[in-house]
Amino acid sequence: MGAKTLLSHSFRIAWKDILELYRNKLGLVLLIVMPLFMMAMVGFIYPTGGSSASNLPVAIVDSDAGYHNSTITAGQTFTSVLQQINSKTDMMKLTTATSAADIKNLIQRGDIEGGILIPSNFSASLASGEQGTVVIITDQSNPQVSTTIETLLSSVFSEMSTMMAQHNVQALSPTITANDSLAIVQPYKVQTQGVVPGAPNYFDFVAPGIMAMVVMMSVMTGLPAAISQEKEVGTMDGMMVAPINRLSIILGKTLGQTVRGLFQGLIILVLAVGLFGVTIQGSIPLVFGLLLLGVFSFVGLGIVITSFAKDQQTATMLMMTLMFPMMFLSGIFFPIQQMPWYMQDISKVLPLTYASSALRKVMVLGAGIPDITTELTILIVFGVVMTAIAVPVFRRMMTR
Amino acid sequence: MIRVENLTKKFGDFTALDDVSFDVEKGEIFGLLGPNGAGKSTTLRILSTLARPTKGTASIGGYDIVKDDTEVRKLIGIVSEKMIMYDRLTARENLWFFGSLFEIPSDVLTQRIDELLELVQLTKWKKVLVGTFSTGMRQRMNVVRALLNMPRVLFLDEPTLGLDPQSSVEIREFVKKLNRENGTTIIVTTHTMVDADMLCDRIAIVDHGKVVALDTSANLKKLISGGDSTILKLGVANLTADLLETLRTLECVRSVSQENSTHVRLIARGDDAFDSVIDAVRSKGGKIASIENLQPTLEDVFLHLTGHEVRDSADQKIPLERHRRFGAPQRRVR
Repeated sequence: MGAKTLLSHSFRIAWKDILELYRNKLGLVLLIVMPLFMMAMVGFIYPTGGSSASNLPVAIVDSDAGYHNSTITAGQTFTSVLQQINSKTDMMKLTTATSAADIKNLIQRGDIEGGILIPSNFSASLASGEQGTVVIITDQSNPQVSTTIETLLSSVFSEMSTMMAQHNVQALSPTITANDSLAIVQPYKVQTQGVVPGAPNYFDFVAPGIMAMVVMMSVMTGLPAAISQEKEVGTMDGMMVAPINRLSIILGKTLGQTVRGLFQGLIILVLAVGLFGVTIQGSIPLVFGLLLLGVFSFVGLGIVITSFAKDQQTATMLMMTLMFPMMFLSGIFFPIQQMPWYMQDISKVLPLTYASSALRKVMVLGAGIPDITTELTILIVFGVVMTAIAVPVFRRMMTR
Repeated sequence: MIRVENLTKKFGDFTALDDVSFDVEKGEIFGLLGPNGAGKSTTLRILSTLARPTKGTASIGGYDIVKDDTEVRKLIGIVSEKMIMYDRLTARENLWFFGSLFEIPSDVLTQRIDELLELVQLTKWKKVLVGTFSTGMRQRMNVVRALLNMPRVLFLDEPTLGLDPQSSVEIREFVKKLNRENGTTIIVTTHTMVDADMLCDRIAIVDHGKVVALDTSANLKKLISGGDSTILKLGVANLTADLLETLRTLECVRSVSQENSTHVRLIARGDDAFDSVIDAVRSKGGKIASIENLQPTLEDVFLHLTGHEVRDSADQKIPLERHRRFGAPQRRVR
């Protein structure tokens, strides 16, 4: 039997599958809704760039005893400057508390997320030429918020320190301009510049990953589900008694699922660009080429699982068990670099990692084929190895 | 046409088929009769290349079912117990899909689909989704689907299962016509005696993976009647225990079973069986209301050969939830 007949049978099976899918109106709606939900969810619950906090309730205690009999204490100055800075950004909602014990109490009750304590010797230390210490009290029960507050306050304080130092330098030598004084206090200035123009947001980071994931997931869960369903209903027998190559069944099924997956990928792309303002730097054909390659690398795994699972339910559960770690370990939602080393090692053996990384390079950074050869090689090798395992396993499964 | 030699199929430790051999002639309607789990369906699946035998060989039209499976598939059609069709496709689309998997030129296929749909009176429904069909319509579709490649051998697995009597008759008539007009060799599995009796030229009685008897329906029945036995159904208005006992002790009577308060079924032997029985009843003052001379049924044969009834486990198999997948309740066309 020639390759031509094999392919033409595959196309017929794929066409039948697509027709069935098209007739399933609810399924069709879900096909569109699912990626929309996924994009909306990750997009809206995740911090989007820049300032990550707003209106965090923070209490401030000024127990500064002052120095000798100055009318305004350094603590009061500090507080008013802090309020000034905060009124521009609204990152914190500042309230006052009476003592350190009071702050502790308020945090325990959950009224505030953190506190600022100005000790009684604040003015005295500054006046005697020492550093003035400001204490930040954090809520340890919520490490993420406490880290945010810590970073936030540290940056505010450092800004205030700079302002103070600048002021002091100018006081020492009136001839120095504001700019020069800044250069003395902070000789280094940092400027961030990306590879491509514009400031990518979290969607830019997450959209390629979601695309890779949804396309691959749709093939990996769709294929076992479709095949085991046909086995259960009995329609598989109808194809099996036809004088066609067994390979054309699996090929046709895969083709049908791939079309479904790519359709979903396209929906995500449209949503990402149209609704979430993602800009695509690289070539779109290359994006779809990569998605196809990703499908190829995953199909074998899907087939092997189909062959082992006896019914649809088992197949879907098996798939889910595999998909979950992949979703979280392949750097789709969280950068791999943020993971502990042992998790990073695991993510290095998952093909989805490379698919999403290649896709990200192309979509966000505008990379071309030469820039992603490593990823391409790994995906191809993985696909070839899995297919080589899958085909004989599938043949055996079909004639038991 | 079909040759089966020492076919054995094991699933783990369970032996579904145990050294089964038989031949089926060209143009014959051959029945496999037995309860569920007897190995009928397994035999069919092996012969239709859907399963591989553990031991033994079989060939169809000279082609080995394992080595030349593709050639075998060109010759056969299978009507499975499960409906092989897609609910979300129309009647025509279903037939077109399955037909296109055979090398049939598209104009021939188009014409054949129209003819087949006409044959089972589904032309009107050809553009309707199969999911909305009634069970009878679905089964007709199921049969027609198997005929797309004009098979020389047709396998039917419980073709009347779950059908109402009228639809069952239609299917049986259709199969007979097919056999008569096209000379199609037909192998049918069933656990209903009527199917076996009315359809099959020869019947293989299968139990626990073995063929326990193989012959024509008439010959099989002779096994039990032994040539000179008669089966009598006697209606006695005033049936008593005493009378039953008297009948049991008669020399010519082999078995007596009471069917209800007035009827007795008995198997008697010899030329004077009628006389002896009637005399015995009269002598006890019994009033004979009716007397029937019954033919032995395949059920009797099966009981005789295996020691248990076919029905024991058979009825459980009727799939009540056949349409579950498409969602209930069903909207029925027709």
